[in-house]
Amino acid sequence: MSIRIENLNHIYMPGSPFEKQALKDVNLEIKRGEFVGLIGHTGSGKSTLVQHLNGLLKPTSGKVYINDIDITDKKTNLKEVRNKVGLVFQYPEHQLFEETVYKDIAFGPTNMNLTEEEVEERVYEALKTVGLNKNVLEKSPFELSGGQKRRVAIAGVLAMKPDILVLDEPTAGLDPIGRDEILFQIKALHTKLDMTVILVSHSMEDIARMVDRIIVMHKGSVAMNDKPGAVFKKDRQLEEMGLSVPQITHVVNKLRSKGIHIRDDIFTVHQAKKELLKLLSRQ
Amino acid sequence: MIKDITLGQYFPGESVIHRLDPRIKIILTLLYITALFMIKNFTGYIIFAAFTFEMIYISTVPVKYVFKGLKPLVFIIIFTAFINIFMTGGRPLFSIGPLLATYEGLNMAILMTLRLLFLIIGTSLLTFTTSPISLTDGIEKLLNPFRRIGVPAHELAMMMTIALRFIPTLLEETDKIMKAQMARGADFESGNLLKRAKGLVPLLVPLFISAFRRADDLAIAMESRCYRGGDQRTRMKQLKLHNRDYIAIGLVIGLMIILFLVRGLKY
Repeated sequence: MSIRIENLNHIYMPGSPFEKQALKDVNLEIKRGEFVGLIGHTGSGKSTLVQHLNGLLKPTSGKVYINDIDITDKKTNLKEVRNKVGLVFQYPEHQLFEETVYKDIAFGPTNMNLTEEEVEERVYEALKTVGLNKNVLEKSPFELSGGQKRRVAIAGVLAMKPDILVLDEPTAGLDPIGRDEILFQIKALHTKLDMTVILVSHSMEDIARMVDRIIVMHKGSVAMNDKPGAVFKKDRQLEEMGLSVPQITHVVNKLRSKGIHIRDDIFTVHQAKKELLKLLSRQ
Repeated sequence: MIKDITLGQYFPGESVIHRLDPRIKIILTLLYITALFMIKNFTGYIIFAAFTFEMIYISTVPVKYVFKGLKPLVFIIIFTAFINIFMTGGRPLFSIGPLLATYEGLNMAILMTLRLLFLIIGTSLLTFTTSPISLTDGIEKLLNPFRRIGVPAHELAMMMTIALRFIPTLLEETDKIMKAQMARGADFESGNLLKRAKGLVPLLVPLFISAFRRADDLAIAMESRCYRGGDQRTRMKQLKLHNRDYIAIGLVIGLMIILFLVRGLKY
């Protein structure tokens, strides 16, 4: 499942005094099986962009191709596209509505007109993927804790077995443990099922250790599109856009400016530890 | 989608009309309507139209916008005109089947249509140039004298303010939930009435839950800032009358006097 975006423009409320160009000439390509991080300041157009990937928003101009099918074409069956491109919104637990967790996770697959057995199988599978116990299935989703609710909501999208999974800030408002667990499960989805994953976030730390490639959005345009190492080297530019490099990269850069010879492409604590130990044992 | 709905149709601007005191603007709108109902002939309407378009021009609100606001009422206007043409007695003009149109009817229909048009244009100029918040401020102040007879002016205004404040938030929320459920294959647009009504459950349940959550949060936030209703409550932004307000009052009263004087003319 590849994604190709050509000259995408989106203008909110054109012709009114509130007109706002949210996307400006966006050109992107995401290959099958890639794990891409989409990062940008609030209002940079990240959310607008991802809503174009399954046809929830229609571009003002430009094209979006999913697997070479033009989804901006009026004739394209958007329901099919949405079954293939799973989109997890920000705070997805706010969309839970069913009486039981089971029914809520089953909502997506049921809309795909699958048989009851298939739906059941998918619900169990999705529940396992997000690391929840089977005994929550008969509970009301509103009895669960915040982190559990978030997982149920993510399971609701996973149960549709999309080929492309887009997550809009899946860890916002979670405690550190909950955050790590969810990110770990997303990573596992990517490696085990070979899913194409797009992770929207403004946490550099989260993105740094997960993705193959980072796309930085700024004021509606793609400002950078490169491997994490290459993006984090441009710390000045990132700061100008209201973003920052991971804290550990900051520390490493400070060390380098003090004349300590350490590699300049470190962006996780794990890497830093390894490099520092190497450095110390050499001395 | 839903975002495209203009809310309370406020058109931000910096014109003199935008800056008028909301209390004065509300009162003047009422006077404007009174003046409108005094008109009996075409001279009156010409003067009135000149005044109205001058006001629209000063307000910097595009005329296109003002006329857009008339669209939903086109049917009522045409219906009124139709009834007037055929149901007024007098000299016959033409007839369609059993319906007889009269000169007096035509005259009446034109006057009524103009009256309705200006009624809408005039009042929408108020909402175009006044933000909902200052509008409720104005209403609160104007209702204040009635507190003695038990009108809860402050509470009413606070309720209106909160309701207005949350309309865009709830619309945004609706939009977001709709999209999220559509991403899970929900269908809000096709099927028969029953199916569509059922289809709304995934939208309404989360929407109500979020509305209650917000209400709860807001109540706590207000109480933790010691909100306790209207008594002895002071405001950061005091409404004060400026010269422009007095000039505006003078202009409208002037208009009323002129309209009163031309009432005697035949046309």
